[in-house]
Amino acid sequence: MSTATATATPIPMTSTSSTSPQPARPARPLLSLLTALAAGALFAAGLVISGMTQPAKVLGFLNLAGLAQGRWDASLAFVMGGALLVTLVAFAVTPPTPRRPQRRPWLAPAFQLPTRRDIDGRLLAGSALFGVGWGLAGYCPGPALVSLLSSTDAALFAAFMLLGMALARRLLRKG
Amino acid sequence: MHTLHPYLQAALGGLLIGLASWLLLAALGRVAGISGITAALLPSGAPPAATEQRWRAAFVAGLVIAGGAMAAWWPTPSTALRPWPLLAIAGLLVGFGTVLGSGCTSGHGVCGLGRRSARSLAATLCFMATGFATATLRALWA
Repeated sequence: MSTATATATPIPMTSTSSTSPQPARPARPLLSLLTALAAGALFAAGLVISGMTQPAKVLGFLNLAGLAQGRWDASLAFVMGGALLVTLVAFAVTPPTPRRPQRRPWLAPAFQLPTRRDIDGRLLAGSALFGVGWGLAGYCPGPALVSLLSSTDAALFAAFMLLGMALARRLLRKG
Repeated sequence: MHTLHPYLQAALGGLLIGLASWLLLAALGRVAGISGITAALLPSGAPPAATEQRWRAAFVAGLVIAGGAMAAWWPTPSTALRPWPLLAIAGLLVGFGTVLGSGCTSGHGVCGLGRRSARSLAATLCFMATGFATATLRALWA
């Protein structure tokens, strides 16, 4: 422990127990919430700056007919490239590995990462449906939420998106 | 502010998206999958632990509030309101599809590919394929 401090932990006066167990990692609920808020805000800034919140730009990438007309917008590939550059490093150095199993997140007791490895029909069918909706309107979930307060178009889309999510959760009984 | 080459600006935005995902991973040990985080906040049969819901609500609040604030000082071309049936069908498909497929562009694309998950690669190839097909066919028809 590199953060050993001299501050005494207040012990209730009534406590007569002689054993003082090693204090668990302090829970910092407020800091956790502020960090989650900051991560969401940073994500939003990235989406706005990259142009992903502009459906016309997204559709300009997804519409391959633009290639023949010389007005295909390759921006989205650069967004993905920039993001992957960071996450490939992040997921290589941050979560625990067999050689370093003791890694912990700063503010949570443990990492909770997806564990499923199977490629099933639901994964493929769901992703295919998502792609159709994305290709129709040019919004994926992040940009729809980011533009919620500034665009009626996005707000209307987001309302139906939330409805679709709730329907799917009901149907699949996802807890 | 808008003197950057569009591709450079897109890559810069992408870096920020990656950094935001890294922050959530390093601090809370979680994957920044926006559809999963959002859907988990919606009512369903069994309510998960309240502490789980708080960080999710904070993350979504960060997205929405920062998005509204960015609109004020980072001018982007506004999107004219399109016919509601289009937005309804597209919204329902995106919402239903991302829950059924366990993720979207952030969870499968940015984070899943970053984790080098074959499952996320399959999902990403799937939604990219139908995304390209839908937008292309629709443009050719119009």
